[in-house]
Amino acid sequence: MTSYLQDYITVAVFAAAGFLLVAAAVGLSALLRPRNPSATKSQTYECGIDPVGSGFSQTHVRYYIFALLFLIFDVEAVFIFPWAVRLESLGGFALVEMAIFIAILLAGLVYAIRKGVLQWES
Amino acid sequence: MTHFLETVFQSVFWSAVIKVVFVFALLLLTALILVWFERRVVAFMQNRVGPNRAGPFGILQTLADGLKLLFKEGIRPRKVEVGLYLAAPIMAMIPAFLIFLMVPIGAPIHIGETTVTLQGADLNIALLFVLAMSSIAVYAIVLAGWASGSKYPLLGGIRATAQMISYEAAMGLALVPVVVFASSQIAGGSLGVGTMSFSRIVALQAGSFRGPVPGWFVFSLLPSFVIFFTAAIAETNRAPFDLVEAESEIVGGYHTEYSGFRFAIFFLAEYINMFNLSAIAVTLFFGGWLGPGADLPYVGWLVPIFWFLLKTYALLFLFVWIRATLPRLRYDQLMTLGWKWLIPLSLAWLVVFVLLQGVRVFGMPWS
Repeated sequence: MTSYLQDYITVAVFAAAGFLLVAAAVGLSALLRPRNPSATKSQTYECGIDPVGSGFSQTHVRYYIFALLFLIFDVEAVFIFPWAVRLESLGGFALVEMAIFIAILLAGLVYAIRKGVLQWES
Repeated sequence: MTHFLETVFQSVFWSAVIKVVFVFALLLLTALILVWFERRVVAFMQNRVGPNRAGPFGILQTLADGLKLLFKEGIRPRKVEVGLYLAAPIMAMIPAFLIFLMVPIGAPIHIGETTVTLQGADLNIALLFVLAMSSIAVYAIVLAGWASGSKYPLLGGIRATAQMISYEAAMGLALVPVVVFASSQIAGGSLGVGTMSFSRIVALQAGSFRGPVPGWFVFSLLPSFVIFFTAAIAETNRAPFDLVEAESEIVGGYHTEYSGFRFAIFFLAEYINMFNLSAIAVTLFFGGWLGPGADLPYVGWLVPIFWFLLKTYALLFLFVWIRATLPRLRYDQLMTLGWKWLIPLSLAWLVVFVLLQGVRVFGMPWS
């Protein structure tokens, strides 16, 4: 077996072991700890008063815009990392091309800032 | 004995098992020491004594707290989404474990003919793997916040998500110059095949920068390190970026409804992540386990581990120092810093660095 595959096997074994370890720790705690629920205890926390309304609420639309922007910058990393690894063998053409790509991205960020979507106080 | 060890490490399965046990032991021990370390250091900075009762210098304090939490009642509120609520702590812990798997903590050890690397797994895309895992860690927090079915955890979870994804973009971009630089270091800077493997990045820092100064990447890539470290503090939700668990506003944040050992797991995951990011900063910028004295007889294999831990704890001290010094940011300041400063700054640094690198390799465009 190649060491390449071997490393991924280690990762898989490790993920499984991590899961088992945490599950076992929580399970052990469940065996050891007292269990004494009451109606008041199992209420949702709200600073001591009875909780008002539902705990599941809508989220402000700002967060949605942050998520969209993040998506762009994260997908961009997918392009940039392979390019960074092979930069010198790809040559000057790739360099110029990436400069254009980053310029477009920056233009997008500047547009978002100018539009005020990153503005928090109104 | 040597022969036996050699046979064991040649077997894929058993060497994986040994590494798993070793890494788990090391991580849990580190988390225990780290919590105590932080409490002590912050206490001294605030002119207090800090925990000093359990064991010598209070070093067993975290163990005592952990045992206490093990025996505490785990209250599960009526309104939670049970499945996700129970899964979230586990989902927080696994990425923390997997990230540490990538970090080389010492020089490879030779037992007979076999070489054992002191690294869980030496993936050739370790850097991307780490970024991916820290993205997955966000799920645990947003799900914990949402599944609690309560207002404060929901707010905390949403805040945490926005914060972590914002700074993750900056963190990823800050690491690109590292890859470019590492690639240029291979084969003397000409037509190198690049690398994202941590063990190779460490090996590339073995030379000397100028004279007696070691060839750590931090000397060439200081802006990358500063951006990475700032983003790392935000990624781990530490002060001054700890709005996620701002007690005065949203109680405990995403883990308000968690108690007992389930809470302890979130807590441990946070500290392991702190250690992970320091270890990665050491690996990428401070030469990892490199240091003098690795050729000493008998203890030679321990010396690199010592250097690695020393450097990592120096960075962790910086984490704690920043926490003790800076007050918490406001939410709009946090987002402004992330999107209007760190991301444009990391993009600008990337462009400047790559252009310099391009000029060095390909010459001036007109020549």
